[in-house]
Amino acid sequence: MGSTSVDITVTVNGKVYRKHIPSRMLLSDFLRQELYLTGTHVGCEHGVCGACTVLLDGKSARSCLTFAAQVDGIEIETIEGLGTAKNMHPLQKAFWEKHGMQCGFCTPGILMTAKEFLAKNPSPTEEEVREAISGNLCRCTGYQAIIDAVLEAAQKMRNLQEVQV
Amino acid sequence: MKPAAFEYLKPTTLENVLSLLAQHGSSAKLIAGGQSLVPMMNFRLATPEILIDINGLSSLDFVRREGDSLRIGARATHAVLADSTLVRQLCPLMSEAYKYVAHATVRNRGTLGGNLAHADPASEMPAVMLAVNATLVIRNATAERLIPAKEFFQGLYATAITPVEMLVEVRIPATPRLTGYAFEEVSSRQGDFAMGLVAAIVEVRGDLINSAAVSFAGFSDRAYRLEAVDDLLKGKKPSDSLFLDAAEAAIALIEISQDAHADREYRCDLIRTLTRRTLAKAVTRATSNA
Repeated sequence: MGSTSVDITVTVNGKVYRKHIPSRMLLSDFLRQELYLTGTHVGCEHGVCGACTVLLDGKSARSCLTFAAQVDGIEIETIEGLGTAKNMHPLQKAFWEKHGMQCGFCTPGILMTAKEFLAKNPSPTEEEVREAISGNLCRCTGYQAIIDAVLEAAQKMRNLQEVQV
Repeated sequence: MKPAAFEYLKPTTLENVLSLLAQHGSSAKLIAGGQSLVPMMNFRLATPEILIDINGLSSLDFVRREGDSLRIGARATHAVLADSTLVRQLCPLMSEAYKYVAHATVRNRGTLGGNLAHADPASEMPAVMLAVNATLVIRNATAERLIPAKEFFQGLYATAITPVEMLVEVRIPATPRLTGYAFEEVSSRQGDFAMGLVAAIVEVRGDLINSAAVSFAGFSDRAYRLEAVDDLLKGKKPSDSLFLDAAEAAIALIEISQDAHADREYRCDLIRTLTRRTLAKAVTRATSNA
């Protein structure tokens, strides 16, 4: 019949992991406790705060609403894969320059959400950015600096595209 | 809190799923996107012993036109439906309502089928299904049955689906050309559950309303469509006072809830305002389509 624990093979930020885990383990806990990737944060554990947002096969998902058992064979991208201190993603650079983070708790979720959003909409209006991040809660910034940072990142990424062409 | 332990299964065919439901239906839950179920499991408001993951069933992902109707497989995600040109053409009310459904991340995983089967009282899509006279296709291991939307939504988180059954498809008759539609919702934040919402489809002939379909959600234990409200509008000349009469008729018939988000008085006000707005907009759109 069914099993209370399962084997999964997942690729996270380009690295393949094979693990045996309880069926009831949430993806958020799997990333943090099994893989020690603690950049993905757990804020509400019922899908309303967005702090746990990751990308599954390129699409954003609430990792607290996904069972690790469900991601067998899937490619996951977490905040750790976005960039490094020495090699920041334009989004990270923009958040640094525009003070888009204070305590940083919401930030990984917002960056993963913004990454997906800017891939779909590279030239957003402020209103569109506002709506895109409306599923992520921030208790520190009052959101305006976050919106400015996303718009700045969009500009940076458009400039990079132009240079490549 | 963390969810209680369960046995996990991921069948590869619909037949497997249905046979599992036949054997274990009362102790099992289906999981597709999990955007409604997993929050409940994380709170331990739902503690299924068996979790049947239907994400392996690509046969239920479809969105297609069949003759004069829109056919949507139960596993089609909100993201796909919100972006779909076919949906915009055949059921523009649904496209409009999608502006209010959750957030992009939730829409990536959440499915229309899961949303309807969960039947949250403040959810948008049940109200849309009622307004467009959708038919829900439900299967068990041996048979299939077709349920009209008005019989499907039965109460708080309660639908016509029995524990051994599964919703597999939604069928929506194409919105006739000479109709106008509108959808309005009020919530605390963009994407939150509604404090109240109204959906309306109106057909205008000459300067009279030939037919109207108005549905309400977020005000009570489920989405509602009221014959008395639709009949009140039929054959009448559109006007704000007519629309207000329709709203008052709805208020008299719906048991309006009171909670931390909105009290009864505010919800009544919402019914009045949203009914007037949606009917006015639907009539304008119907008239400009003519």
